Amino acid sequence: MVRLPGTSPVSSAASAIDAIVIGTSAGGVEALSVLLPALPATLRAAVFIVMHLPRERPSLLAEIFRAKCACPVSEAQDKEPVLPGSVYFAPPDYHLLIDKGPHLALSTDELVNYSRPAIDVLFESAADIYRERLLGIILTGANQDGAAGLKAVHRLGGTALVQRPDSAQASLMPQSAIAQCPTAHVLSLEQMADLLRTLEDGNALDLSHATN
Amino acid sequence: MSRTQEKTSAAPVKDFDIELQLLIDAIYLKYHYDFRGYAGASLKRRLTTAMSRFGCHTLSQLQDKVLHDPKTFPALMDFLTVQVSEMFRDPAYFRSLREKVVPLLRTYPSLKIWVAGCSTGEEVYSLAILLREEGLLERTLIYATDINVHALQKAEAGVYELDRIAGFTDNHRMSGAPASLSDYYTAAYGRAVFDKTLKKHIVFSDHSLATDSVFAEVHLVSCRNVLIYFDRELQDRALGLFHEALCRKGFLGIGTKESLRFSAQADAFDELVQHGRIFQKRDG
Repeated sequence: MVRLPGTSPVSSAASAIDAIVIGTSAGGVEALSVLLPALPATLRAAVFIVMHLPRERPSLLAEIFRAKCACPVSEAQDKEPVLPGSVYFAPPDYHLLIDKGPHLALSTDELVNYSRPAIDVLFESAADIYRERLLGIILTGANQDGAAGLKAVHRLGGTALVQRPDSAQASLMPQSAIAQCPTAHVLSLEQMADLLRTLEDGNALDLSHATN
Repeated sequence: MSRTQEKTSAAPVKDFDIELQLLIDAIYLKYHYDFRGYAGASLKRRLTTAMSRFGCHTLSQLQDKVLHDPKTFPALMDFLTVQVSEMFRDPAYFRSLREKVVPLLRTYPSLKIWVAGCSTGEEVYSLAILLREEGLLERTLIYATDINVHALQKAEAGVYELDRIAGFTDNHRMSGAPASLSDYYTAAYGRAVFDKTLKKHIVFSDHSLATDSVFAEVHLVSCRNVLIYFDRELQDRALGLFHEALCRKGFLGIGTKESLRFSAQADAFDELVQHGRIFQKRDG
């Protein structure tokens, strides 16, 4: 078992993952361009992503990443049933939540951390539904959104990953996440991509596979 | 026997979920507001915020206040129901109304429109202004309904903070407006007071999509970003009311990211504007 730098010892028991939540803002497109193409076509987990965007314009994220991914990629619609192995982006100016079913839910409730969509809103609702079968990932960003959400993921038994702040285009978001969730595993984007590649055919998440 | 079986086979119910159900039932029994069909994730989030605002550690404590402190429930209603919107939010929606719906509305000698879930009124005034610009307001009656009486009072006042007007003005321009929004309000003391003659064509009224029935036949229903707060069953009920209220070939406008695809009423409407979220009641 490899002990990752700056992390607590990883349990050797691998965890089955039903969903992955990812939060990012500044520098997010580049970071996601490393992670999302690593998702295997046989992925069983659903992937939900909040990336901070201008609120008044339509988003091209789903189109940009559809071409780069082996998994189906779309913008989330309200009441849409969650399909395993699919990637969903939160639409601009709506919070994305996961509701019983599971299905996707949108809201126009007030901004959280100056943001809509907010990472905390997605992570907290997903943690409530998926519990220990959730993987939460915080990437580059210049805002503290996501820190409380990642803490909730961890508190309810899920796995928390944070991009190494010194490797992030903007370090505030990963730094804040580590401060609020000190037990999170801190990895480079390449290490995270390697980890995601191992999730083929519904394989469990085994952090001992991650290398420096 | 079956009780024991239930105990062993069912997943453990979280305390919060038990308390949530009890609170919603308490509100229904005492105040006759029905939140039982509200979407769980958003409701939980709002109640979690409310809990800290009211200084409660559990929903049971909040329930105690809701039942025994008369000031708590009206304040809680604002947490549960108020959505702060903008005037001409999603300008493309209003542009589609102008271009695709208004020409058909012109063919009617008199018009009725229902803005369901109007909250503090931004959408109602947007529609009234659009109709005046298109020369249709004089023959129109708009029903603006919501379950939150406090929000309805604000809507009826038609007064908004001046610092929100710049955003409203941009939206209004992008909706294809022929004139400036400033023609429709007077600015004073940091507030914008909207033209009182718009209000002559609006009836504000308390109405619940969860428990009330249809009250008029209308040509257009605009209900945006309200259905997202309902579960599927309640969403189907609301869409059923709209279907019943709409005249033959009447129009339904919903939020930009809302969809009829996952509803039992999907076949009752045709999409009029592709991706525009404007539908037309299907014949027959």
